[in-house]
Amino acid sequence: MRGERHRTCPELVHAGSPAVEAENVVVSLDGKVALEGVTFRLEPGDLLGVVGPNGAGKTTLLRALSGTLLPTAGEVRIFGAPPTWHICIAYLPQRIEADLRFPLSVADVVMMGRVGRLGPLRRPGRADRERVAQALDLVGIPHLARRPIGKLSGGERQRMFIARALAQEASVLLLDEPLAGLDAPTQAGILALLGRLRGAGITAVVTLHELELAQGHFPLVLLLNRRPLGFGSPDEVFTPDRLRKAYGTGLHLFRGPSGPVAVGDSCCAGEGGDRV
Amino acid sequence: MFEFLLTPLRYPFMVRALLAAAVVGATCGVVGTYVVLRGLAFFGEALAHAILPGVAVGYLVHRGNRGAILLWALGTAVGAGLGIGALTRRGRLREDTAIGIVFVGLFALGIALISTVRGYAVDLAHFLFGNVLAVSPRDLVLSGGLGAGVILAVVLFYKEFLVVSFDPTFASMLRLRTGLFRYLLLLLIAVTVVVSLQAVGVALVLAMLITPPATAYLLARRLPGMMALSAALGVLSGVVGLYVSYYVGVASGASIVLVSTAFFLLTLLWQACNRVCFPRR
Repeated sequence: MRGERHRTCPELVHAGSPAVEAENVVVSLDGKVALEGVTFRLEPGDLLGVVGPNGAGKTTLLRALSGTLLPTAGEVRIFGAPPTWHICIAYLPQRIEADLRFPLSVADVVMMGRVGRLGPLRRPGRADRERVAQALDLVGIPHLARRPIGKLSGGERQRMFIARALAQEASVLLLDEPLAGLDAPTQAGILALLGRLRGAGITAVVTLHELELAQGHFPLVLLLNRRPLGFGSPDEVFTPDRLRKAYGTGLHLFRGPSGPVAVGDSCCAGEGGDRV
Repeated sequence: MFEFLLTPLRYPFMVRALLAAAVVGATCGVVGTYVVLRGLAFFGEALAHAILPGVAVGYLVHRGNRGAILLWALGTAVGAGLGIGALTRRGRLREDTAIGIVFVGLFALGIALISTVRGYAVDLAHFLFGNVLAVSPRDLVLSGGLGAGVILAVVLFYKEFLVVSFDPTFASMLRLRTGLFRYLLLLLIAVTVVVSLQAVGVALVLAMLITPPATAYLLARRLPGMMALSAALGVLSGVVGLYVSYYVGVASGASIVLVSTAFFLLTLLWQACNRVCFPRR
């Protein structure tokens, strides 16, 4: 199974296929259904916000799309091929597994994006260093190139990892709660960056907690509570009915397209719970 | 001063010892960088002790033939390294517990085997604490070759080892063979331990694997610098340690380790002093 195909970048090979396709994806974790009946399709350049209560399966969905988790049933296709064939998917888990105590500069980490393209036994050259510089420019942190990675703020760290995805020439970007724990201006910066990436033809799937941000900044949203409750523009998806179905009735007041709706932070006690 | 440095070099065994100590210092310095960064210190310690039964069998079969003993050690080290690697992948016990049980058991087996020989204490001491002064030309060539091979592997797969160690999720997104590189690293550590056996012995190998890299970690800002500095500190500890051992008359392995510990403490002290004397606004 290993061979040339693993080193291909799909947008060249399978041009014309949808960037991301989920077809009736079911994922069971430890015998419990974490996700079922998820079907959607994204074209290159689409920006999708995935929202839902805690334990809705948002992280599970991203892991299935990245190929780090195999669906129990159904199929995920990235540019027409299984995700594990690609080296052009960038996945940033919510809890960063990278060890930030390593003695590395920001540019060193971004350069890691080039490793897949370089292949074994080749060293990065001038072209690779230029790509790294471009990536740092695009995410707005060219001045941090030589900064040790242990000395970054949360927002700077997110930008560094997004820059690494750019250096990787990722065509599909999967971000798990990239806005969590950031202050409002930093969130706005990352959201603006996601907009710029759209312009570069990068397809992004982003999970997030705040319905307001999803409504304001994402052209496409997926409302999830283990099964999809709506996929489309925020105006279509965030109806009082669907929101109550996802979150139950709670104390949080969300100003939806058709007026305020009261929603909870988690739904359906006993069934949810973050599993990852 | 020159006299002071040159006198020991009149003895061929001393020249070989210095070269051997330098090989050990450089190899441990480079591989140890990953031992420190990935938190594999306990694995290294366990591996070193787990080699003893292999060394014992070699000793019982071949007696004085140190080259043959080294090969036995190498075989055991590779087996133990891969075995411990597999042990830590799954299991109900915490991995440090599992490693601990295995290595202490093997270590005891080694001591038991060696103790079957009359007057074993001296030889056992050599395996435990090293005897770099007894390195033969053939030993030196063998350790030199192994050490060079280890360093070459780390350099050739620099970016793969880095990505796999730094961010395993990202490595799997690049579809790198994370398992393969994990085992390769364990293998390199195993070979390094064998190379160091004669210089510092089973009981002190860990010091060479972690003290110079830890010192370098305090001083360097980037990984290549840390590796180079760590190797330099390893070589320096080996050479200075041998001179100290020659003039003061203490055991060579202990002397080498103490010198590297002194470098570490001096670095800590210097940095603490810097912070106190020149505080940044």
